Amino acid sequence: MIPEAEIWQITALSLRISLTATGLSLFLGLPLGTWLALGRFRGQTFLLSLINTGMGLPPVVVGLVVAMLLWRSGPLGGLNLIYTPTAIVIAQTLIALPVVTGLTASALQQLDVRLQWQLAGLGASRVQMVLVLWREARLPILAALMAGFGAVISEVGASMMVGGNIKGQTRVLTTAIVLETSRGAFDRALALGALLLGLTFLVNWGLTLLQQRGRR
Amino acid sequence: MKPLLEVHRLCVPRNAHFAVQVERLTVYAGETLVLIGPNGAGKTTLLLGLARILKATQGSLRLNGEEIRDDLTYRRHLGLVLQDALLVSTTVWNNVALGLRFRGLPAAEIRQRTRRWLERLGVAHLAGRPATQLSGGEARRVSLARALALEPTLLLLDEPFAGLDAPTRERLREDFHAILSETRTTAILVTHELEEACTLATRVAVMLAGRVVQVGPVQEVFARPVNAAVGAYLRRLGAEERAAYS
Ligand SMILES: Nc1ncnc2c1ncn2[C@@H]1O[C@H](COP(=O)(O)OP(=O)(O)O)[C@@H](O)[C@H]1O
Ligand SMILES: [Mg+2]
Repeated sequence: MIPEAEIWQITALSLRISLTATGLSLFLGLPLGTWLALGRFRGQTFLLSLINTGMGLPPVVVGLVVAMLLWRSGPLGGLNLIYTPTAIVIAQTLIALPVVTGLTASALQQLDVRLQWQLAGLGASRVQMVLVLWREARLPILAALMAGFGAVISEVGASMMVGGNIKGQTRVLTTAIVLETSRGAFDRALALGALLLGLTFLVNWGLTLLQQRGRR
Repeated sequence: MKPLLEVHRLCVPRNAHFAVQVERLTVYAGETLVLIGPNGAGKTTLLLGLARILKATQGSLRLNGEEIRDDLTYRRHLGLVLQDALLVSTTVWNNVALGLRFRGLPAAEIRQRTRRWLERLGVAHLAGRPATQLSGGEARRVSLARALALEPTLLLLDEPFAGLDAPTRERLREDFHAILSETRTTAILVTHELEEACTLATRVAVMLAGRVVQVGPVQEVFARPVNAAVGAYLRRLGAEERAAYS
């Protein structure tokens, strides 16, 4: 058996890494998605399709790129981040970012354009307008957040490549499952899998509660 | 009469094929200028151009004799009511308070004005109701209260009574008429209802194919259309109205 303490450590680390990455992707993706949805500039459609492609970005490709950047002899090697939780956060943020950005943009584009006219006509500044539009699109924006979290908590390739699955340091639920399975310890892998599902459910439950409370 | 808004050589494109062009148009302080014209003539486009919401490619717009420099400052002199109520998904109270909050007014004043205008439009009992749960008539009243609470220098209204059943529309129009004369608010109102134009207008402006082709008091415009196209449109409007009442 894996000691109970270790299981909790792995679970807490998974949660911390993926929540941080989701938070960062919201912090960056909300303004970016808003700009893509509401701005008017050349190359907007091209950029939007780029982001939409990014929603299906294979985690192993992100892992490869981040690993190359953070590798000891790589361009950012001096930061000594490879095989640290921070490296996993960076990779997972890059995975969640296009999801949050793309879904935020589509959430805002689904609002009636005339609502923007109406708000401008009521004297809204640019910032006030965006705040009201975010509020109007809060349900799909929270859905974007859930999709982003779902993408990173379940991801294994990038975590493995940039984290290295080091026991007590960068081992997260998904990489632990891969390890146990490769050892033939299916019961442990299954237990960890159930834990992962339960965790994902809890976080989504919290977000859904928040989402449905905002429904009026 | 004192000019409030002066439009000169304004060009407001709506899409690649359509633009509204106004050589000269003056709105006088205290009047209700009713904008009429067939569907697609560009009435909504002109209204949005006057509010500086749709960008004008050229032309000048003067408010109280001064060229408009900052769009936001200018817009905060306006009240806008569009064809749909376009309420945000919060309570009726918060909807009416919205524009006042944008202006950063003191909380006490926001409360007082919100309450006053909810009452004036007869929707105070709905204050706590989610705005998504209103009838068509109630939503229009809330949307009017939201614009009037701003006590605007110029009120812009795009078919504010369209799509309501006749008794609801009539009652709302009467209330609105009373409020306009009481507050002496200057207004530009779009409609294609003859009766609405007749009861509310100080002057009417006729729009055809993106141009304002005639402006004047209702009787004068009906008695002496400037050209055959205006005459044909007005006859059609009269016939529609008679058909609706027969
Ligand atoms: N949503 C839209 N997008 C692009 N063009 C539009 C749109 N709505 C209307 N138009 C164009 O603008 C013209 C004027 O429309 P509008 O100002 O709405 O006229 P009105 O309010 O007098 O019915 C229409 O004839 C149409 O060609
Ligand atoms: Mg219209």
